[in-house]
Amino acid sequence: MKDMRWRAALVLAVLVVALVYLLPSLGKELPEWWVKFFPDKKINLGLDLQGGMHLVLEVENDKAVENTVERLAQEIKGELGTAHIRFRLVERQGGDGVRLLLPKEQDWQQVADLMKDKFPLLEVTDRTLAQDQLQVLFRIEESQVRHIKKLAVDQGLETIRNRIDQFGVSEPDIRTQGENRILIQLPGIKDPQRAIDLIGKTALLEFKLVDEQRSVEEALKGRVPAGDKIYYSRKVDPVTGQVRRNAYLLKDRTLLTGEYLTNAEVRIDTQYNRPYVSLSFDDRGGKLFEKITGENVKKRLAIVLDGNVYSAPVIQDRISGGNAVIEGQFTMDEAKDLAVVLRAGSLPAPVQILEERTVGPSLGRDSIRKGLISMAVGGVLVVVFMVIYYGGSGIIADLALILNIILIMAALAGFGATLTLPGIAGIILTIGMAVDANVLIFERVREELRLGKTPRAALDTGYSRATWTIVDANVTTLIAALVLLQFGTGPVKGFAVTLSLGIAASMFTAIFGTRLLFDYLLQKRRMKKLSI
Amino acid sequence: MEFIKPGINIDFVGRRKFAFTLSLIVILIGLAALIWRGTSLFGIDFAGGTVVQLRFSSATNADKIREGLKPIGLDRSAIQHFGGEGENVFLIRTDVSRSELANVSKEVKDNLERIYGENTVTVERVEMVGPKVGKDLRQKALLAIYYALLLIAIYISWRFEQKLMPAGIMAGALFLGVLGLREVGTPIPMLIVAALVITLVCCWFLKLKYALGAVSALIHDVMITVGAFAITNKEFDLTVVAALLTIIGYSLNDTIIVFDRIRENLRKGKRREFAEVVNDSINQTLSRTILTSGTTLAVVTALFILGGGVIHDFAFALLVGVVVGTYSSIFVASPILIAWEAKFANTRVRATAKS
Repeated sequence: MKDMRWRAALVLAVLVVALVYLLPSLGKELPEWWVKFFPDKKINLGLDLQGGMHLVLEVENDKAVENTVERLAQEIKGELGTAHIRFRLVERQGGDGVRLLLPKEQDWQQVADLMKDKFPLLEVTDRTLAQDQLQVLFRIEESQVRHIKKLAVDQGLETIRNRIDQFGVSEPDIRTQGENRILIQLPGIKDPQRAIDLIGKTALLEFKLVDEQRSVEEALKGRVPAGDKIYYSRKVDPVTGQVRRNAYLLKDRTLLTGEYLTNAEVRIDTQYNRPYVSLSFDDRGGKLFEKITGENVKKRLAIVLDGNVYSAPVIQDRISGGNAVIEGQFTMDEAKDLAVVLRAGSLPAPVQILEERTVGPSLGRDSIRKGLISMAVGGVLVVVFMVIYYGGSGIIADLALILNIILIMAALAGFGATLTLPGIAGIILTIGMAVDANVLIFERVREELRLGKTPRAALDTGYSRATWTIVDANVTTLIAALVLLQFGTGPVKGFAVTLSLGIAASMFTAIFGTRLLFDYLLQKRRMKKLSI
Repeated sequence: MEFIKPGINIDFVGRRKFAFTLSLIVILIGLAALIWRGTSLFGIDFAGGTVVQLRFSSATNADKIREGLKPIGLDRSAIQHFGGEGENVFLIRTDVSRSELANVSKEVKDNLERIYGENTVTVERVEMVGPKVGKDLRQKALLAIYYALLLIAIYISWRFEQKLMPAGIMAGALFLGVLGLREVGTPIPMLIVAALVITLVCCWFLKLKYALGAVSALIHDVMITVGAFAITNKEFDLTVVAALLTIIGYSLNDTIIVFDRIRENLRKGKRREFAEVVNDSINQTLSRTILTSGTTLAVVTALFILGGGVIHDFAFALLVGVVVGTYSSIFVASPILIAWEAKFANTRVRATAKS
């Protein structure tokens, strides 16, 4: 008797706790006192149910190392110059090396000291003397390469987070995955394409002078002058959708980059009613810009973004105050997005989209609806069947089944797990499997009753004989579900979660819970006959 | 209410030759279809590529869509009607990924709207998997299958005999064997096969007849389900692998129930033919075997019919798996026990005769 009271209290407590966790997912508004003392987490819906975009990006962080080496090569040139050491060549070699050519071998000691002092991260890998010149190869230390790569991913993540925040997505999930991947989940996004453009843009802004001494035509024929490089502008005709490309011959040296930007905003050109992007530099950038414009009056300065020339206006006068503009044939959205990426800063290395999964909001709603309908139909089939086949005992099994579903939902809310479409399928499957335990018990009880046992004795034997079979049968399914939990991604993980929760809960509800009800009926209500 | 009367006595065991032949034929057809289809069995999760799901505001057909995709060179994509009758939803699958065509879904939409008119085409779903991720997912799926089989094999070898020694030897043999093969760089599909072979060989030599029957039934179920996919021209993706793993776990349920009853009946100790005990046990548990599978089948059927296109293949795999799993617990797992007993009971007799 006493033992039954404890069991009843346990089942009741579990039910109450489950309902407390489940309530936030049911109602619309929770009273304030509730939020203060009780959980207010709702069940998370996966992207496949609420619509949204899942992206996996790869940060090409080899490029970040390459950029670093390129910069180091430039700095070495500068340092050698100030130390008055003559050199033939300093250039990047491969992804992580620098090649240095010295005309005089006796300068080496001095160079070595200087390198050790100013560039301790570079180590000498090879030194050969040939044809009156000394060739030295340097390489960045392995640990440093790893550091640069990691930094590129971390900075990329931060930049992308900034961009998405400014774009305005509620509850984005952005995190690194593995060594060089970034996982982005944007629920409920309306224009996935725009988001991809925004995220994927490197947004490296560069100011370069146009080489007006030499002709582009010559360069296009393959004779590109030393220190110059061909760039293109890219204009899309809004009507035909055709792309027009214009070639520019620009000096390779970058005078100024976007790293000095403090702000970028969209303005409207009142004359043509066209949007443009206005840039503001910080103090240092403003001074640099003033110096550049002052030194190059009447020359053309190209504004290059990610290797594309946006405009190349003639510098009319020295520009002080640290402001500049980017003009182009932008639509309003394009101009806004450009301002966003410029404000958020450039990615330290280009990114590549490895995986994209987008579900439109209507399909998500459709999936929820179809999932719920299948669940309702499957559930009703099972519930009705149990009552028809097992009578009163069937009702007990159905009560256990309902408790089981409440427990799964409550656990989803409590653990902050995500419900996906396969997750709903997992719940549906659980409905079918959970009553299996009761079928096994009831069949055994029927068998014992046929042998002439009393209802109580039959129940005792039925439960004790069937319980281990049920546990064992469930263990194998649970093994499969847990392995899936480990290896599954996204929607499949949702399936593994609901299936393992369902199996675990069914052992409690279908064995422990139903036994309690039977005991109550037989002992307290002194029921003499089992409806089974 | 009772579907199956208590006194039922069907001669399942007597029909085992027929059942074996039937299973063998189905498996062989499945294997042939599998080989025939090769890598086209892989959905984009594993093969890489892009799937775009489009909803048109008016009725159309695959040929007209194909025409519209010509300008961007996607007219060789697989285009299929998707979803229910009367729904103008189509799936376009190409092996192109984003890196090759700047923006597959936008290009597709823009080009089709040039034919169908503005705002008549809605992109409902885009799934793009690059080759690198496809390879990763393939690896993950195979590892999941491998670990599930490994753990379940170890569990059932312990479960049926309740002896730690054989299970320990089995686990050891599996780990050493598979670790060794991994060291040599054996690809994972071969590892899975190797793990299965090691399991069967261990069962054989350690005389774990129940485990042998259960594992054989499990392999049987998975092969037939995979074969059904190949025959019905469906594709494998991540959710289907999840369904396969669930089948691996679930199809054992019925087998465990029957085997438990066989051992219970053997313990009662009446001297009878082994085959007879097995057949009685199958009959005694027939009602629950059918009912448990029946309830599961009911919900899976609901999911299959009403769940919509996205979950359709997943439900199909479960549907096939549950049916085949029930069949195999009666017609594969138990007959193997009998075959084993016939062989080894005889040798035991001979061995005693010699000494």
